[in-house]
Amino acid sequence: MSKTIKIRRGLDVNLLGEAEKVIADAKRSQIYAINPADFHNMTPKMVVKVGDKVKAGSVLFKDKYNMDINYVSSVAGTVKDIVRGEKRRILSVLVEADATDEYENIDISNVGNLDASGAKSFLMNSGLWPFIKMRPLDVVARPEDEPKAIFISGFDSSPLAPDYDFTLHGKDKEFQAGIDILNKLSKGGVHLSLRNGNSDPALKNAKNCKIHSISGPHPAGNVGVQIHHISPINKGEIVWTVNAQDVAIIGATALTGKYIPTRLVALTGEKAKNRKHYRTLIGTSIGSIVEGNIEGENNRIISGNVLTGGKVTSEDYLGFYHSQITIIPEGNEFKFFLSNGWLGLGFGRFSISHAYPSWISKSKKFKVDTNLNGEERAFVVSEEYEKVFPFDILPVQLVKAAITDDIDNMEKLGIYEVAPEDFALCELICTSKIQSQEHIRKGLDLIQKECM
Amino acid sequence: MKFLRNIFDNAHHKLNKSEKTKKYFPLVDALDTLVFTPNHTTQKGAHIRDAIDLKRTMMFVILAMIPCLLFGMYNVGHWHYNALGETSTLLDNFLYGALKVIPIIAVSYAVGLGVEFIFAIKNGHSVQEGFLVSGMLIPLIMPVDVPLWMVGVATIFAVVIGKEVFGGTGMNIINIALTARAFLFFAHPTSMTGDNTWIAGIKGMKENTAKIKELADNGKEIPQSLLDSPQLFNYGTADSVDVVSGATSLGDLATAKAKYEEAAVALSKGKDDVFKSLIEEGDKVASKAVSLSDTFWGIEPGSVGETSAFAALLGAAFLLWVGIASWKVMTSFFLGGLSIAGLFYAMGGNPFYEVDPIHQLMYGGFMFGMVFMITDPVTAAQTSTGKFFYGFIGGALGILIRMGNPAYPEGVMLGILIANVCAPTIDHMVIRANVKRRMKRLKTA
Repeated sequence: MSKTIKIRRGLDVNLLGEAEKVIADAKRSQIYAINPADFHNMTPKMVVKVGDKVKAGSVLFKDKYNMDINYVSSVAGTVKDIVRGEKRRILSVLVEADATDEYENIDISNVGNLDASGAKSFLMNSGLWPFIKMRPLDVVARPEDEPKAIFISGFDSSPLAPDYDFTLHGKDKEFQAGIDILNKLSKGGVHLSLRNGNSDPALKNAKNCKIHSISGPHPAGNVGVQIHHISPINKGEIVWTVNAQDVAIIGATALTGKYIPTRLVALTGEKAKNRKHYRTLIGTSIGSIVEGNIEGENNRIISGNVLTGGKVTSEDYLGFYHSQITIIPEGNEFKFFLSNGWLGLGFGRFSISHAYPSWISKSKKFKVDTNLNGEERAFVVSEEYEKVFPFDILPVQLVKAAITDDIDNMEKLGIYEVAPEDFALCELICTSKIQSQEHIRKGLDLIQKECM
Repeated sequence: MKFLRNIFDNAHHKLNKSEKTKKYFPLVDALDTLVFTPNHTTQKGAHIRDAIDLKRTMMFVILAMIPCLLFGMYNVGHWHYNALGETSTLLDNFLYGALKVIPIIAVSYAVGLGVEFIFAIKNGHSVQEGFLVSGMLIPLIMPVDVPLWMVGVATIFAVVIGKEVFGGTGMNIINIALTARAFLFFAHPTSMTGDNTWIAGIKGMKENTAKIKELADNGKEIPQSLLDSPQLFNYGTADSVDVVSGATSLGDLATAKAKYEEAAVALSKGKDDVFKSLIEEGDKVASKAVSLSDTFWGIEPGSVGETSAFAALLGAAFLLWVGIASWKVMTSFFLGGLSIAGLFYAMGGNPFYEVDPIHQLMYGGFMFGMVFMITDPVTAAQTSTGKFFYGFIGGALGILIRMGNPAYPEGVMLGILIANVCAPTIDHMVIRANVKRRMKRLKTA
């Protein structure tokens, strides 16, 4: 193993409401949904109609511009509805689940001997392909690309995130099988980064991949940060990334021939009760996990973590890539300026700024709500983002280039290396409340349209 | 709280009733958001946000200015009574100073915020907080006897030309408060520099004293009303006018420097006696410059808040403690000034250059500029490396203009303004270096 890469700039956001390391079975959701919106910039082409019977692993829709990529159902059941939004855009495909699952048969007879194109078609046919994302752009990978390497982050450093050492414990075989398949896709091989080089045996003992050691605060676990420090992406290069838990799903499918997208979802956040890891399937309804587990009213339910997740209600469905649900109080109340508003003493309020006393107790776990704590302003304070942005990239200048649709400068300043999630901390600590994740996403969209 | 909240809710409700009144939304909104942090929640991106906002940041800068302000008030009174030759208590000094300074603050805020409100209503955006700091900085860098209408005009100029034409808070290129000062400095130099501006009431004192002297010299009767005038040097000591020149230490030193230069010319023409008397005169003027300890604590005439290096350093300690001002800019500004002052000190040749470099930096507005002006994040360089260059340029130019330029006895204002103008170029260089690094990686890869 190579030397430990030390991330110095960053911030561990210590929040109240960690999930216990206990696994519970979530009740089977009545409806499971795959939301095309989870796959950024993908246009779905429906394969099924309302009323069709499907099995777990049956194709629901395909990527309209790459008809080889299948998006499949998590469960067996009946297609209940295809929810459309503005301009008839498909928002969600709902499958009413049968009591038990029947599975599509996936041919795994020669999985061990596949070449690159064989591995690609195996992943695309079986509906596993969407787990592979690409950098730049942070969208589902394009099969025709020749990636420089494949990166897997072996830990999640975001607030209250599930611990992979726990969720992947005992999945040694599945994880290894996943790596073996991914290894066929790129000549550059598979890179796996572990926190301080140590981890559960399932990850630590993985073979056929290069293991890196990374230490430091969030966003050390962001795969973009790891790529930047191991082998930065230049213009024209492409890297694929897969979430460690999804590697195990890929592996399990390759071993069993059945598509079983199991998720261990961590229920976290100050307002969540029975904070445990719930075993369920991708696309489950949020309600099947949070029902009866919410404390009080007026809460924000987040599919994912507080930095990058999506705002949902208990009628919505778990995001495709998410393995965490966070519940925190809404902050939709006025705060009097001297008591708990902008000029209060502010004990116990989360802030990285020394203008609040909270920095004195670094290990304290904070209660937070969703109040914006101010209004959006122009950039005034400088060298703020740099404190939590461990790239050799000038973050404010890049955000400004993105705001002004300046493709030339975005390219020069390193847009190819970043994803919106890398700017989540910048957004969190911004005095001027600039929506940098959204700006970067729009910048990437423009790059995708004009340059890729 | 509930009661206050209802008032604002009512006001918003009434404003929203008709299209005509809707545009006055920023007026109510500004007050509302001042009293209540709004109930806005995150809708996109990160769901939680840091508790810090621009209002708190700005308010902390104002807090940091309080030592300068309070000491400034005291100092105004101190020099006023000193010029009158009267003894006064600390409280007398402070109260007199407050009476002189508070109107300037009031005018600065009223005019500046007025302009901000007009632009907010016209452009339909909410009022941003930038002027909260500028409005306090402007009075602190004005001579105490500046006419209030000038403060008003300068503030309008600074806010409109310095900021709003560029798009408001966060968009300006040069420091707002210094724009106001520079405007007056060039438009009304007699009210901004010289011997008659730094001590409250000194102009009237000088005029009245001169009148009495003239009447007495001509053997005429002096009207009692003139003798009773409060604006009068203590007539018992007729020399007061000479004793209290009203110039700042820097003014005295610049005069001394000029005398030495004249002396050098005289010497080259072989006029030895003229040379000697000029040198003597120069030394005499230079000796009026205050000592290091006085200028450190701030017991000298000058702009309202700038005289005390100690008060400025208290502010600096606070700003660095809360992490709002950049230590990089402050340190490099100090080093920039120190290196130029050191250079002139090594060169020597006249009393101005021969001031100990540290002593030199304590004079005038250098320390105040270092803490509150050059550190303005909007007009400073934004990049980490850029900040070192930016600060150094500001400090070096400030002292260079102060010591090298015969026209202005103080150069810190101009030094900082020039550094402001250079900041985007400095940033551009730093950004280009970063871009180059990435390009190089592409080539080697």
